[in-house]
Amino acid sequence: MTTSNTLRAWLLSDSPDSAFQARCQRFYLGWRVFRSNPIALAGFIIIATLLTVALLAPVLTTSDGTLQILSDRLQPPSASHWFGTDELGRDIYERIVWGSRVTLYIVSLVAVIVVPIGLFIGTVAGYVGGWVDNLLMRLTDIFLAFPRLILALAFVSALGPGLENAVLAIALTTWSPFARIARAEALTIRNSEHIMAARVQGASSMRIIIHHVTPLCLSSMIVRLTLDMAGIILTAAGLGFLGLGAQPPLPEWGAMISTGRNYLLDQWWVPTIPGIAILVVSMGFNLLGDGLRDVLDPRSGD
Amino acid sequence: MGADENSPPSPIWRHPFILKFANFIFTVSLTFIGLTAITFIIGRVLPTDPAMAIVGDRASQEVYEAMRVHLGLDRPLLEQYWIYLSNILQGNFGTSIMTTRPVLDDIIRFFPATLELASVATIAGVFIGVPMGVLAAVRQGKLTDHIVRIIGLFGYSVPIFWLGMVALLIFYAQLDWVPGPGRIEVYYDGIVESVTGIILIDSAMQGEWEIFENAFMHLILPAAMLATYALAYIARMTRSFMLDQLNQEYVLTARVKGLSEGAVIWNHAFRNVLVQLITIIGLTYASLLEGSVLTETVFAWPGIGQYITNSLFNADMNAVIGGTVVVGICFVGINMLSDFLYRLVDPRARA
Repeated sequence: MTTSNTLRAWLLSDSPDSAFQARCQRFYLGWRVFRSNPIALAGFIIIATLLTVALLAPVLTTSDGTLQILSDRLQPPSASHWFGTDELGRDIYERIVWGSRVTLYIVSLVAVIVVPIGLFIGTVAGYVGGWVDNLLMRLTDIFLAFPRLILALAFVSALGPGLENAVLAIALTTWSPFARIARAEALTIRNSEHIMAARVQGASSMRIIIHHVTPLCLSSMIVRLTLDMAGIILTAAGLGFLGLGAQPPLPEWGAMISTGRNYLLDQWWVPTIPGIAILVVSMGFNLLGDGLRDVLDPRSGD
Repeated sequence: MGADENSPPSPIWRHPFILKFANFIFTVSLTFIGLTAITFIIGRVLPTDPAMAIVGDRASQEVYEAMRVHLGLDRPLLEQYWIYLSNILQGNFGTSIMTTRPVLDDIIRFFPATLELASVATIAGVFIGVPMGVLAAVRQGKLTDHIVRIIGLFGYSVPIFWLGMVALLIFYAQLDWVPGPGRIEVYYDGIVESVTGIILIDSAMQGEWEIFENAFMHLILPAAMLATYALAYIARMTRSFMLDQLNQEYVLTARVKGLSEGAVIWNHAFRNVLVQLITIIGLTYASLLEGSVLTETVFAWPGIGQYITNSLFNADMNAVIGGTVVVGICFVGINMLSDFLYRLVDPRARA
């Protein structure tokens, strides 16, 4: 009890002794706000479960989700096959578990592409200003004005179907709002005193953008990213459903719905269960995003 | 316009409306150029070699070269783009390999079905979503508010193609309340003369009520799927706009004056929200036009989305690009129009 009390006192102390302590304090206070919001907590639990399932996939299953037992095809949900089996006798539960890895792979790959591009374009436009700003923002507006799914479709059709191309197509249509947000943040940061101080010390524009502007944009980027995750998952699933995303036998949830479509009327569980998985995960990201917005960005809470 | 009466009269082209219109036209053309440039890159540059795709890799060098010249691939890229752009401006999207007809003719044939679906869904979304949002704002933090929030969250998170399949399973296969996929029963096909291409309007105009009913029953499920998304978005935005208004002082004044709560909400607060809703409804309509791709696939709805996906699987690049450009133009057009309307209607944006 005493250790938890001293830890608490350390976390809530008025005068932190180190930057590390101050950082921990901010994190702890944010967590307390976050914890008191039941909706955000529900989202957090869903996403934490998704991560755990993806991590422990080899422990939770006996095969890698591609094992075909043709004598067991289209079995209804039962004790031995929790979610039933599909048209090739593969266990749907195992495919859902392994599919969580595919989903996480897609969203993290999109995030890794989109956030740096958006941050770079947005912060440069906001910090440098002038014609650079004009040019970059017009470019961003063009992408912002595009119909996302149709453009992704056309892009994948040109590059050929596949998981990596689907990711590229989604990234191409997702980066623009990030640039907009980063620019708005950079505009407000650019005139603050610590930037002035860095400039007076002779730091180059690039150094200021990377070391002083970018870190301050991160929290709003994280919020936006979390809120966008659901959209990314749904687009990826939609591309998978059309046969343009992940290719068989990869257990991607959208593709599972697509192949299960033929069995909808008689073996409803084949296409239905992957859909529930998509619904739960994208709902989790939406809930988490709403909660994170309240914690990290209290200004824009509605 | 609130201009200062003492200021010297400015020339007509400096009139704020003209300036705004010029800016609007500039933005529209820039976006159009961007849209066509990107589809050009997708269609002409990304596939390894369009000429090779047509003649095949066993063709002789002469045949291959002839095809390259025929397609104009030997010219500089910028010139190719210019030819492509001027073709589009003349409505020439090339010929579809699949239907062997001009792509524009195909699009004109398929587009009304999508328009019908998206319009009905948007109307449903507005008439359900707006009252839901107002109600949630008025009862902020109460049970109604939470229910609206959960419905909205569901609309955002659900994969629409999956929801469509589940709806077919329940309402068509199990309950038999609605007819199956498709736009109309086969035996009604072609009876109504196509005037607008929108079956509901055509059949009503020609007094074919039996066909009207059949078409309407076919429309209910796919439109409901799109409307789920539409109402989620509209309700959420209406709620947050209404909350902004309800917290303002004029609402307090109206209450102090002794107006009924209904009058305060609908005559005062809601009236100010209406302007902002124009943009939101425009955005929703545009996103439904493109978002119908997946719904059309599930319900075998013969619209532009299905045309694009079918062409895609037949490697019919002209059709894919043509469809993408047309949907893109509609998407951008509706967004800009609603933005323009907003500026026109809102007195603050005008000043």
